[in-house]
Amino acid sequence: MDSGIKRISPYKVFSMILLVILALLFAFPLYWIVTGAFKTRAAINATTPDWFPQEWVLDNFKTLFSRQMAPLWELGVPFSSHFTKDGNPIIFTAGPVVPAAIRWLVNTVFMTVMAMILTCITASMAGYVLAKKRFRGKTLLFSLIVCAMALPKQVILIPLIREMSALSLYNTLWAIIFPTVGWPFGVFLMKQFSEGIPGEMLEAARIDGASELKTFTKIVVPMVKPGIGALAIFTFINCWNDYFLQLIMLSSTNKLSIALGIAKLQAENSIDYGLIMAGGTLAAVPIIVVFLVFQKYFTQGITMGAVKG
Amino acid sequence: MAKSANVTDRSRALVIRETRSAYLFLLPSLIFFVGFVIIPMVLCVYTSFFDSTMGKDAKDVFIGFSNYAELWRDPIFIRSLKNTIIIVVVSVPTVCVFSLWVASVVYNLKGPVLSTFRCIFYLPVVTGSVAVAVVWKWMFNNYYGIFNYVGKSIGILDKNINWLGDERFALGCIILILFTTSVGQPIVLYISALGNVDTTLVEAAEVDGANKMQLFWKIKWPLIMPTTLYILVITTINSFQCFALIQLLTSGGPNHSTDTVMYYIYYSAFKLYRYGYANSMGVILAIFIAVLSAVQFKLAKEK
Repeated sequence: MDSGIKRISPYKVFSMILLVILALLFAFPLYWIVTGAFKTRAAINATTPDWFPQEWVLDNFKTLFSRQMAPLWELGVPFSSHFTKDGNPIIFTAGPVVPAAIRWLVNTVFMTVMAMILTCITASMAGYVLAKKRFRGKTLLFSLIVCAMALPKQVILIPLIREMSALSLYNTLWAIIFPTVGWPFGVFLMKQFSEGIPGEMLEAARIDGASELKTFTKIVVPMVKPGIGALAIFTFINCWNDYFLQLIMLSSTNKLSIALGIAKLQAENSIDYGLIMAGGTLAAVPIIVVFLVFQKYFTQGITMGAVKG
Repeated sequence: MAKSANVTDRSRALVIRETRSAYLFLLPSLIFFVGFVIIPMVLCVYTSFFDSTMGKDAKDVFIGFSNYAELWRDPIFIRSLKNTIIIVVVSVPTVCVFSLWVASVVYNLKGPVLSTFRCIFYLPVVTGSVAVAVVWKWMFNNYYGIFNYVGKSIGILDKNINWLGDERFALGCIILILFTTSVGQPIVLYISALGNVDTTLVEAAEVDGANKMQLFWKIKWPLIMPTTLYILVITTINSFQCFALIQLLTSGGPNHSTDTVMYYIYYSAFKLYRYGYANSMGVILAIFIAVLSAVQFKLAKEK
């Protein structure tokens, strides 16, 4: 690193070449999804693969968008399904009719952004308190959080369905949002970041007579901003890709997430690979763009989450 | 006397006030945590003692440990447990070794090159299990898949193999895909751990004439041990939870050769509607993971 000239050993050359090959192999499935989406049916079904599409067509996207239609959005009255005869919620407004795949994207963006915002607010408050305050029950609470984190998330999902049905949140996007917000990793991460706040600053604010809430918003939040950034992107990607939760919670066509929509598409047309790749592109590309734009925060978040307190 | 009593009174008042304000800050987070994590967790254990089958009478019947007893007589459960253990035993060490190797090659490269590699290896994680699964399904396809094409053109295969439909290969294919989606996070962690190794220690050892191998095993390895431990634990948890790939690619088949516990939980709950039985499996899975994590911690601590 700091020595000016480096000797290049054969091992190094060899491992670099191997690494580049491996990197290409790792990137290949993504390349195959995106190019596959634009290939003609003949190219898709050829026994000799078309390594680079000779002809770029939009047929697959056209098929995808003409399959099912749905309103762009639907705003319902909360809990109204309790009071209607058929158990369907009362709808305030519904958007213009668009291809269902677009609606799935809208659903996915809504639930990920919502989960992200709620997680960032609740976790940064809780993390700050756990890192900087002394209060009764703190040790117990923190050990509960760490234990819950080590458990597999999926085992709680079956009871969660019954709970969501009881709250009549089953088959709504909130059934995805609430459990995502409840997952304690965010609190843990924000505690790690909050440890770095100097106690004197909080003390000074207290002496100046700042209220707890003011101290939090004016001093704590600016100091843990990188943490909030990391948590935001982390929650976004996790929620976007949390297939199991979406699979068991969402069922009607209008409520699907994009990942779930593509999975259903695959189950129904298992051999039209062009169509499925078009769906896969729609599901993967937005999240990859988000990841690439915010990857600095993301890397930081992964690393901080691993440093055990 | 009066003065000191006054002081403890005041400090007690302070503690109470602190506690109250602390819980006000915790409240929003606690509502979600208790409501959607703790309560389902308790319910999971609770229902596992009941015969809770949808469609039968609405009432659950208490049956004690019968669900647990049935598990060990259920050949499909045993098979899926075996498959899960195979996945864990194969993927955890390979993921750790591979990611450590990649990290050790790239960690002292220049910034942009480093982040390019980091991104590429992280891509399969970000892409999401559904998109990953559908593209691999195509690549493994009997007729149009590139695996058969490449295998035949370079002469490894003499006829097409139905990769995901063949009992001998299906689990291996799943493990391969799982591997590509599991190494991203460990690589990021190892890169930062290796980058944080104190250079003065390394230089001192070099001055003392340590060779590369010694440098790695005696200096770096112990320093990155906490990271290794963390990676072991998260990879174990992830491998135990392997579900989406199975559900999308093989549905546990052919002939239960790719059933995992997680998939069987899903199957029992949503295809057979046996919630109680599924929950007892969930409890067993959680215990397995907890014990394994504890053992890994213990082993790593002793070293």
